[in-house]
Amino acid sequence: METPSYLNDGHGLKSWLLTKDHKRIALLYLASVTAFFVVGGLFAMLIRLELLTPAGDLLTSETYNKMFTMHGVVMVFFFLIPSIPAVLGNFFIPIMVGAKDLAFPRINLISWYIYILGGLFTFAAALSGGVDTGWTFYTPYSTAAANSHVVLAALGVFITGFSSILTGLNFIVTIHRMRAPGMTWFRLPLFVWSHYATSLIMILGTPVIAITVLLVAAERVLHMGIFDPALGGDPVLFQHLFWFYSHPAVYIMILPAMGVISEIVQTFSRKNIFGYSFVAFSSLAIAIIGFLVWGHHLFIAGQSVYAGLIFSFISFLVAIPSAIKVFNWTATIYRGSVALDSPMLYAFGFIGLFTIGGLTGLFLAAMGLDIHVHDTYFVVAHFHYIMVGGAIMGYLGGLHYWWPKMTGRLYSEFWAKIAAGLVFIGFNLTFFPQFVAGYLGMPRRYHEYPPELQVWNVMSSAGASILAVGYALPLMYLTYSMFAGVRSSADPWGAKGLEWEVPSPPPTANFEGTPIVTHGTHQYAPSKEVGIA
Amino acid sequence: MPDSRMHAEHYPGPLHNPPVRSAEVQRSASHAHHPKLQHHFDDMDQQLEASTLGMWVFLVTEIMFFGGLFMAYLMYRWANPTAFQEASAHLNKFWGAVNTIVLIVSSLTMAMAVRSAQTSARPRTQVAWLLATMSFGTAFLGVKVVEYSDKFQHHLVPGPHFQWPGQYPAGAEIFYSLYFCMTGLHAIHMIIGLGLMTVIAIMAGRGKFNGAYYTPVEISGLYWHFVDIVWIFLFPLLYLIGAHYGAGH
Repeated sequence: METPSYLNDGHGLKSWLLTKDHKRIALLYLASVTAFFVVGGLFAMLIRLELLTPAGDLLTSETYNKMFTMHGVVMVFFFLIPSIPAVLGNFFIPIMVGAKDLAFPRINLISWYIYILGGLFTFAAALSGGVDTGWTFYTPYSTAAANSHVVLAALGVFITGFSSILTGLNFIVTIHRMRAPGMTWFRLPLFVWSHYATSLIMILGTPVIAITVLLVAAERVLHMGIFDPALGGDPVLFQHLFWFYSHPAVYIMILPAMGVISEIVQTFSRKNIFGYSFVAFSSLAIAIIGFLVWGHHLFIAGQSVYAGLIFSFISFLVAIPSAIKVFNWTATIYRGSVALDSPMLYAFGFIGLFTIGGLTGLFLAAMGLDIHVHDTYFVVAHFHYIMVGGAIMGYLGGLHYWWPKMTGRLYSEFWAKIAAGLVFIGFNLTFFPQFVAGYLGMPRRYHEYPPELQVWNVMSSAGASILAVGYALPLMYLTYSMFAGVRSSADPWGAKGLEWEVPSPPPTANFEGTPIVTHGTHQYAPSKEVGIA
Repeated sequence: MPDSRMHAEHYPGPLHNPPVRSAEVQRSASHAHHPKLQHHFDDMDQQLEASTLGMWVFLVTEIMFFGGLFMAYLMYRWANPTAFQEASAHLNKFWGAVNTIVLIVSSLTMAMAVRSAQTSARPRTQVAWLLATMSFGTAFLGVKVVEYSDKFQHHLVPGPHFQWPGQYPAGAEIFYSLYFCMTGLHAIHMIIGLGLMTVIAIMAGRGKFNGAYYTPVEISGLYWHFVDIVWIFLFPLLYLIGAHYGAGH
């Protein structure tokens, strides 16, 4: 009747593990990032259980240190960074630009294996006793003092970094060289623009963290003295190199989510994005400015006050492109024909939570205020609002939005709405109290705290259990839908774009022949943009 | 300029109208395919452009990779200028200079290898240029082995056994840590390059490359030149900064 979908094109384990199809590789990533998310979540549950009471009664301080370290390492390097790019980006960028595959299909598969190899190293570190340095691996603790398995974990991060680099490289070349005839830069979906900006960070930032953790390993194993203060080395140099990557890494997590939201708000408001080019260029602006703000992590690390001033100022600047996006999404929704399907609920959640996360980021960019809240739960709450409230909301929103396309099946909209609600409520209950506890002086990374802070911690732990249910639900109904869901049409949302013109699920080659693009992919009601040059 | 305005006439009207097709499908053209053309590329030009851009992007990541080390070098040299000069004076400038020349010549032979593939020279010629490049690369590594073993004998390898006869043992140990990290990482890149060359030379010997298809030679050449350029920076920064140490003090 028709060409078989990519899901039916070959059966058996081998046809998946040796596939060069970007769509199948995306599903390999989907399975593995989900596994890492569950593991990272279990570490978080133990943290929240311990903090239910002021006394350190469940875990010893040492075990607690290992728990938050493993939680951070797994969630940052093995879930958040690959989540949207390697799953949704991998699946949809080639289709969105009108290509049959990414530019380098074999490298795409290799990068998944590299990711798994890095994961194995990290698991080896966890199983052989864990790491207690925090996901930041700060020297000289990590090089001279910590007697945990720093080298294994550092190698895990080092190896996984190459997976990220190769994914970014693949995206950049694909977006430059694989666009179908007529798919000009300004016809590209905003999802592609945001991944282009993300890929720039991946290729420019990740090598720096790679060499940095390699130097930590060299110092531990070979006794090289790069960061050793006894030789006149500078542990703060490690912090500079670490944050040169790890601050932009936050934008690796949030930019793809922003791209997802840009797609969702258009589809479910039935309107073209307000100010397409502003949204597109704000992604690039975030990527570029994001490289110049790392010093705001070092305000109390002995950095010169003049450097601090400049870093503070540039950190404030990042708020501008971020705000442009929020305002433009709002303007897109404004007077749109809004449908409150589950992806749109996640998008609303994203916009609200990202705004809170972004505004509290300004508190931290202000040098004076940062001294008060530095290394407190205020910081923890802030970055969870961005990385969980922002990135994971975007990831779940995107997963729900494109799920019918990826699997050819519809999930239960009823349960999806309940899950979206639970995630939103649970998230706020978990992390909003942490702003208060942090402002009142609760430092991060301690397994005990003064009794007067218990009320905030109990709220937080209660919220975490709701959040856990909210995350467990999609795992169940999405998995169920894969086998028993109603079959989806090619375009179940009435959405626009190349990916909705191919069957659900798409055939292996995506398109029959090469598509010729005659106009932009944003073909909803025009936003009232008149008056904006 | 946003497309929405240019194509406002395509607005499909009320909800759930059948989607406006933004693409028409072009049946694949029936021209003959080069056997080396991968299925997801339209033509050989696109394939070459994609591979070349991919290698350039990879080299950008390599610059950032080495960049972390150069940053550390910059900072520590700024903090310990005299110690770095003293430490540098103990490196063998002669072997450093020999290796610099060896690498520059290897870049020339590499460029000739790429050119021979582009101009569809005989397989034997292509292999000859590649083998020449490989032998210069091996010579470079050989000199490196001589230098490293000399450092081992004189206890100049950082760690518990490091011994420094001069005035600034701490700064010198940092210098030698950087020396081994930077030249070591560079040597690893040379070894990877030799591995690449071996594969390319075997393919060239089988007559795989000609004016219509020479992508692997081209991108391996880019990689080789990059590794060469890294050394061009390492040589003066490590070997030459101590040239006048002690003279004017």
